[in-house]
Amino acid sequence: MRLLRSVLSPVLIVVALATSAAAQDRIKVGEFASLTGGNASFGQSSHKGTQLAIEAINAAGGVLGKNLQLITEDDQSLAGQPATIVQKFIAEDKVVAVLGEVASSKSLEAAPICQQNHIPMISPASTNPKVTEVGDYIFRICFIDPFQGTVMAKFALAQGWKKVAVLTDVKQDYSVGLADFFVKYFTAHGGEIVKEQKYSTGDKDFKPQLTSLKGAQPDAIFVPGYYAEVALIGKQARLLGLKVPLLGGDGWVGDSLLKVAGNSLDGSFFSCHFSAEDKSPAVQDFVAKFRARYQETPDDMAALGYDSAMILAEAIKRAGTTEGDKLRDAIAATKNHPGITGNITLDAQRNAAKPAVILTIRDGGFKFQETVAP
Amino acid sequence: MTEFLQQLVNGLAQGGIYALIALGYTMIYGVLRFINFAHGDIFMLGAFAGFYLAPATLKLFGAGPSYAGAALVLLGAMALCALIGIVIERLCYRPLRDRPRITALITAIGVSLLLENGGQLLFGADPKSFPDLIVDRALDLPAGWGPLSALTITLSQVLVLGVTLLLLVALRHVVNRTRTGLAMRALSLNPTAAQLAGVNLDQVIMFTFGLGSALAGAAGVLISIQQPSIDPLMGISAGLKAFIAAVLGGIGNLPGAVLGGVLIGLLEALVVGYLSPTYRDPIVFAVLILILIFRPAGLLGTVQKEKV
Repeated sequence: MRLLRSVLSPVLIVVALATSAAAQDRIKVGEFASLTGGNASFGQSSHKGTQLAIEAINAAGGVLGKNLQLITEDDQSLAGQPATIVQKFIAEDKVVAVLGEVASSKSLEAAPICQQNHIPMISPASTNPKVTEVGDYIFRICFIDPFQGTVMAKFALAQGWKKVAVLTDVKQDYSVGLADFFVKYFTAHGGEIVKEQKYSTGDKDFKPQLTSLKGAQPDAIFVPGYYAEVALIGKQARLLGLKVPLLGGDGWVGDSLLKVAGNSLDGSFFSCHFSAEDKSPAVQDFVAKFRARYQETPDDMAALGYDSAMILAEAIKRAGTTEGDKLRDAIAATKNHPGITGNITLDAQRNAAKPAVILTIRDGGFKFQETVAP
Repeated sequence: MTEFLQQLVNGLAQGGIYALIALGYTMIYGVLRFINFAHGDIFMLGAFAGFYLAPATLKLFGAGPSYAGAALVLLGAMALCALIGIVIERLCYRPLRDRPRITALITAIGVSLLLENGGQLLFGADPKSFPDLIVDRALDLPAGWGPLSALTITLSQVLVLGVTLLLLVALRHVVNRTRTGLAMRALSLNPTAAQLAGVNLDQVIMFTFGLGSALAGAAGVLISIQQPSIDPLMGISAGLKAFIAAVLGGIGNLPGAVLGGVLIGLLEALVVGYLSPTYRDPIVFAVLILILIFRPAGLLGTVQKEKV
């Protein structure tokens, strides 16, 4: 045994030295995403966008003379996983910053751990206000639920819809938040909420809820859920003879939305961050690069994933170091970053103020409807 | 009034699915006295069998959805599930048949986890869109039926209930009118006596697993027609609900399983429609606890005296 140890220990030391030497010429960034499971569409998209950004940064010479190394872990869309993954990022991989997640409830799990360890975390697309309230190391580069809920309430009123029903996913902080702010603005400006109903992530049968909503005869139904359930809700609503438009938020964005829903969501509207139809050169350049790399059209989550990595890289450059406190200050100082999803300036609450895009669903695709400024 | 009736229709359609799965639980319990916790995952495999069979099968009957194609997909999925059920019994449960019952129970949980996680590995964990087997639409009801005329009954709901009823009648025939059915009943009444009378234990148990799994497979395809989004973990919740249905009706009792399934379906629809979906699962599981406390043999079950 002693012999074994004496032989092994020099080997181990050499291995340890080699890995730490290799680690020094790379800056490690942790990314957690729902690559599989119910929110896989989000995770796959944001991951592809993030990866594209990291590749672009490294191709342009990296930051501080080093390449960025993206370490990606799949949280399988399961509660409990983000905490474990982020612990691992910080304790084992020694990442300098964390990118993730799309779903607010996942980001809320990871945020306290990053905050405690003074590792900056940038969420690409979690819109629930609570996410950045966790602490001063937590950032996001998207707008927040109050804005998104308000935008859709304004939109509904502008369309002349006075009686709206609300169908909320009670298991998602995101959905509950959006519904709250929608209802607040809508009722304060002359609208009436004729019925509220709820469901839980993973439900497949929504006919009981939809039957009860139908009885209230709404002009439109606000469904601020995620695409997996919204697709089935759309389909079952049409079967039950509910023909009013459905309204939603950026949780609708996912390529499986229309695959499952078919044409049953035609005439519905939702708010989001980005439209690939946007003619601005920055967007078109990004869309072309993304198509060349992945042979598909990027959606919101891809654009936000890309922006999140770019903002991090830019902050590392400005900070001149990857040390937690200085990096945090640099990210907080982000101003007028020309992102794919609009000009990004982080405010004192570490949220981004940017315009929202409203898309409509027509002929089996998302079509640009209008842009709403904050 | 219409809304209430509509909720009953919704609940009945969901209850029919639970009934089909519950039958498998109850049949296997009847002959083996153990709960096959992997049964809900056979239901999931049925949905995936349909998912992979559908494109090629539908092509046989023209391009789009067709009844003949749907029927063939249903039968194909049932056959595959029967085969899987038989293989599971042969590999996992038969070697343990003489061990304490708890061993088989724990094995069943292991098989269940294997199917769920193997399914995620094999099929991918993200939800898949189930292809349209039929063109689903709401049926036009005659105007003269009072509050009934305003109901929305979809083709898929009628189809699910119709096929469920058909399968129930067929099952009843098999159990009550065939020799194998007689052997099944004999085995559930008294295994030792049945064997002494010449019942081939292995064969009957194999047949029971095949039949129960085929019904679960049918339920998997039928639910996917109504709710065309399937994933490898879809069997967990449906399996648990069906298990409760089987216990509610009286485990080991075939009509009881159907009654339990329908009651659970109706209860769920009414709780969601009139209370809140957050109370749905707590209330359904509370039913399980209440039944176990106050009527452990279930609604239709008979209390069996333990012989000392």
